[in-house]
Amino acid sequence: MRPFTFERVRTPAEAAAAAARHPGAKFVAGRTNLLDLMKLEIETPTHLIDVNGLALDKIEPTADGGLRIGALVRNTDLAADERVRRDYGVLSRALSAGASGQLRNMATTAGNLLQRTRCPYFYDTNQPCNKRVLGSGCGAIDGFSRQHAVVGISDACIATHPSDMAVALRVLDAVVETVGPDGSTRNIPIAEFHRLPGDQPHIDTVLRTGELITAVTLPKPAGGAQIYYKVRDRASYAFALVSVALVVQKDGTGRVALGGVAHKPWRVEAAEAELPKGAKAVAAFLLADAKPTDQNAFKLKLVERTLAAALAQAKGAQL
Amino acid sequence: MKFETPATENPIDQLKVIGKATDRVEGPFKTMGRARYAYEWHDVAKNPAYGYVVGSAIAKGRIRSIDLSLAKVSHGVLAIVTAENAGKLGKGEFNTALLLGGPEIQHYHQAVALVVAETFEQARAAAGQIRIEYEKAPGAFDLAAAKDSAPMADKITGGVAASKVGDFEGAFAAAPVQLDATYTTPDQSHAMMEPHSSLAKWEGDKLTVWTSNQMIDWGRGDLAKTLNIPKENVRLISPYIGGGFGGKLFVRADAVLASLGARAAQRPVKVALQRALMPNNTTHRPATIQRIRLGTTREGKITAIGHDSWSGDLPEGKPDGAVHQTRLLYAGENRMTATRLAVLDLPEANAMRAPGEATGMMALEIAMDELAEKLGIDPVELRILNDTQVVPDDASPPSKDDPQDRKGDTAANQAGKGKRFSQRQFIECLRLGAERFGWNKRSAKPAANRDGMWLIGQGVAAAYRGNQTTKSAARVRLDSRGGVIVETDMTDIGTGSYTVIAQTAAEMLGVPLNRVLVRLGDSSFPVSSGSGGQWGANCSTSGVYAACLKLREMVAQKLGVSATDAVFSDGRVRVGDRDVPLGEVAGSAGLVAEDAIEFGKLAKEYQQSTFGAHFVEVGVHVATGETRVRRMLAVCAAGRILNPKAARSQVIGAMTMGVGAALMEELAVDKRLGFFVNHDMATYEVPVHADIPHQDVIFLDETDPISSPMKAKGVAELGICGVAAAVANAIYNATGVRVRDYPITLDKLLDGLPDVA
Amino acid sequence: MSKVSLTVNGQACDLELDNRTTLLDALREHLHLTGTKKGCDQGQCGACTVIAGGHRINSCLTLAVMHQGDSITTIEGLGTPEKLHPMQAAFVKCDGFQCGYCTPGQICSAVAMLDEVKAGIPSHVTADLTSHPQLTTDEIRERMSGNICRCAAYSNIIEAISEVGRGEI
Repeated sequence: MRPFTFERVRTPAEAAAAAARHPGAKFVAGRTNLLDLMKLEIETPTHLIDVNGLALDKIEPTADGGLRIGALVRNTDLAADERVRRDYGVLSRALSAGASGQLRNMATTAGNLLQRTRCPYFYDTNQPCNKRVLGSGCGAIDGFSRQHAVVGISDACIATHPSDMAVALRVLDAVVETVGPDGSTRNIPIAEFHRLPGDQPHIDTVLRTGELITAVTLPKPAGGAQIYYKVRDRASYAFALVSVALVVQKDGTGRVALGGVAHKPWRVEAAEAELPKGAKAVAAFLLADAKPTDQNAFKLKLVERTLAAALAQAKGAQL
Repeated sequence: MKFETPATENPIDQLKVIGKATDRVEGPFKTMGRARYAYEWHDVAKNPAYGYVVGSAIAKGRIRSIDLSLAKVSHGVLAIVTAENAGKLGKGEFNTALLLGGPEIQHYHQAVALVVAETFEQARAAAGQIRIEYEKAPGAFDLAAAKDSAPMADKITGGVAASKVGDFEGAFAAAPVQLDATYTTPDQSHAMMEPHSSLAKWEGDKLTVWTSNQMIDWGRGDLAKTLNIPKENVRLISPYIGGGFGGKLFVRADAVLASLGARAAQRPVKVALQRALMPNNTTHRPATIQRIRLGTTREGKITAIGHDSWSGDLPEGKPDGAVHQTRLLYAGENRMTATRLAVLDLPEANAMRAPGEATGMMALEIAMDELAEKLGIDPVELRILNDTQVVPDDASPPSKDDPQDRKGDTAANQAGKGKRFSQRQFIECLRLGAERFGWNKRSAKPAANRDGMWLIGQGVAAAYRGNQTTKSAARVRLDSRGGVIVETDMTDIGTGSYTVIAQTAAEMLGVPLNRVLVRLGDSSFPVSSGSGGQWGANCSTSGVYAACLKLREMVAQKLGVSATDAVFSDGRVRVGDRDVPLGEVAGSAGLVAEDAIEFGKLAKEYQQSTFGAHFVEVGVHVATGETRVRRMLAVCAAGRILNPKAARSQVIGAMTMGVGAALMEELAVDKRLGFFVNHDMATYEVPVHADIPHQDVIFLDETDPISSPMKAKGVAELGICGVAAAVANAIYNATGVRVRDYPITLDKLLDGLPDVA
Repeated sequence: MSKVSLTVNGQACDLELDNRTTLLDALREHLHLTGTKKGCDQGQCGACTVIAGGHRINSCLTLAVMHQGDSITTIEGLGTPEKLHPMQAAFVKCDGFQCGYCTPGQICSAVAMLDEVKAGIPSHVTADLTSHPQLTTDEIRERMSGNICRCAAYSNIIEAISEVGRGEI
């Protein structure tokens, strides 16, 4: 870990000013990924701005019947919030399916969105990785790729986004609120927040330098049955091989997003028209452009079958 | 004492303390966080500096240049050790690769430098400033590709590499029922919770290393050999070890580098391997490819049994002994085993919990399940039908006097024919297990049971593990207050050594358990068996038994009576109408006895083994193929169980590691770049709480007087042998999908599951 | 370097630390409270679990300077040799450990986990999101899954935590 200077800030304005003063600065809140990457010198901020003192830890109703989740709300608290449990079950479920009790107590809403891929070639600084060092190549494409993305990939990168929470936010049409270093604010639909790798896989999101997430807002409740189905090799404390976030209404219409298959939460709205036809049709649509490796081709079938399980669960039916 | 005739009645048979389920004596220390591990001796080795290890970035080749200039001037740096400046180093007898690489690189993450700095943070940052240029060389990293050119190995642990009895090829060809199947097991990592750690301190030319090592005397010898200093100048201290499983049998880079770093920095230096270095820097269980051929009569009697195994290791390395149990477990007139060893440039392969049987049983016990199905015989009954009470293939270790013996030819085996097992309650384990598990409710037809979304199945497998015995010494002191102190360099890696040794001394000397203080893991104590190969508890307590027997004689002698007439109980010694407190006999000077147990010809005259049976129930999700273990039962016949509480814990731990082997554990090899890619605890998955149900263990009532005066045997590794196959067989029973390549991850099941979409 | 004041196990501690020092290393290397263990230093094993401000966290994934004014409870703060904390006593009784290296983390995690259940925080296996979770063995297993035990005393640890949860110890 490279040396860095450290300061605590109390307001978004202070945070912005601090970021403007220190070009190599990073905001830090939950620490569960940034610190790990700093130890490996994959992240090398020269200045850390502790934003935990910002009063962004509230969950408040919005005027149009939704919820505004402060950027610093911890994953545990968000999963446990009564309104979230009642009206946004898929979000509570996705949060509880991620990481461990300890990590959920630390991790924040904003930080969860900003966590970086867990691709082992990204984590091993001896290995090629375009996400870590653009132009160094990708170790995973012809290497160990069992966990990797099957859709939306590029020749430069097949990393997945590891978040469960983000998959639920995607199916809920959440919006990410930010404040820029100049004090300007932006509302970024979650669909646009994470990027596909393309030829710039080192950039994960559309956030600009010094831009700080202040909140995530949820529109008014979508209703229906809400399922988050996560499949992994062990029963807990593991990243998803595949996950399905699903909201289905009584009439069979609904929304679906996938985790573990792409560089971002994967949702193709047009696929949702196929929901009444069943999992096979939806999965085929969602993964129409999939380009799996030999090692992760199983994810195509797994998506279809997990979606079938999630749909059955939503109906309270058996397969 | 020499142990050369079967044990007769002795003080251990009183079973006042031994055999009782006893809380660990060190339990309060461990649960309060007061047990001291290697990195934590800041008060005795004051002001230690911190070492940070740099691992090689390539798998094979040479270091062209190392540029230390930036690192040297980095804040707080005291010294940097590399092969260039470390002086001439030797290689430990138990090591295959060098522990400090350069300029030649033998494997990925082989240590190439240690940075020593005032603080951990400074050492880590400076390590990032070292610039190394490598020259890559091509290497062999793919066992399957190297398989066909792999030569026969020299030997396996505890036996010859290959053996033959009768005419296997002829009998197999003629058998009306045949099974010929190939199985693979992956490379696995010990992944013990405490990283390999050492704190080294020099006083003149004397070196003390607080370390985390299962085998103190091996470690002392190999550290001395590596550093080219006399063994007597080295002291190792390792009273608490945060797990080993074979990964800490040997001196590793942490101990060597801490010693070199401390010499260079003229300060005590401590080093813990970074977690991400462990899988590639240290040893691992090697992958195997195993071909099993079974030929039987129509009634299911095995007439031909063959087991070929392939594994790989660095040049001059060792094979996995996967064929070992196939020589001993089932009857059959015509037999063969063969072990081939490929040269691979992956990290060093070596022992991990039950090396040999753990992998061998993963294959053999699926094969038995497949055979049972072919025959239409219940898999429990098939195993019972093929039980043997004599050793069918006595492929003994190669003898130095008879080099012809190395390949285990037929003549050598004939000589061993008729050799008996000291105890063999294999059938009893199977029968009792089947009864307790409710085996008769299992459907022989696969994919026949469902519970909601889960396909339910049950599986069985045999458990088998050899019982090895090796010399072990101890020193016992009796003080004037009747307190007893036992000292031996034995280690407690979580096995319960502190407790069973205290129980042994308490039983032998007739004192309460809380009057016995056990001191372990210090090379200044008498040399013990150490902890490995499930020999630790039986051998080390036998050493303590020997020392206590001597102490009893000293007490008797002081009283002027014969030891056989003296009764030791309640902290007193009674002879006729004399009744004296032990402390009084010891007097102010106390009494000290030291002795060792040395095992003689019984180990050769009898086959000593432990047996068991594993029963497992799984649910496999009908859609996703996720497997969840629902029930587990192990029945074990392993001699006298010294402490049923700790022994049970050993077995459930081993069962869990077997579940890991069955369902998730695999070091993923990058066959181009030559390394284990998933080298941390997030990506090398081991079971977590949620993977493991309540586990049941039954120990058969057994004493084995041929094994030792304790009449005990090993049990810690028996628990892992066969479990993975029982899980695999249960998955087959649940789904009808037979997977022969471990681990059985869901991707291997999906194609065979019912259509659900 | 930064100055940081912590309250550890009820004792005020003033430290001057390299900004890079994790809370874990501050405890182990500076305060010499070595009961909290370093298993992976990457948030992947749970051996470093401590209770900060009433919540269990991985002390390896946080910087000491980010805990200015915080109250930290480590394994050393839970019980004494004379009077073990009920969770410690239950672990001894149920043999909920072997090598002992993950044990302080397991115990700190278990103590805080029981409070999380009391507070009604749901888990991945809670059947009904809108009702208060029950302390079933499945719930305990899921909630403790961030604490890996390679000796695998899991079956025994669950018994120990269940006994404490039922108020039997």
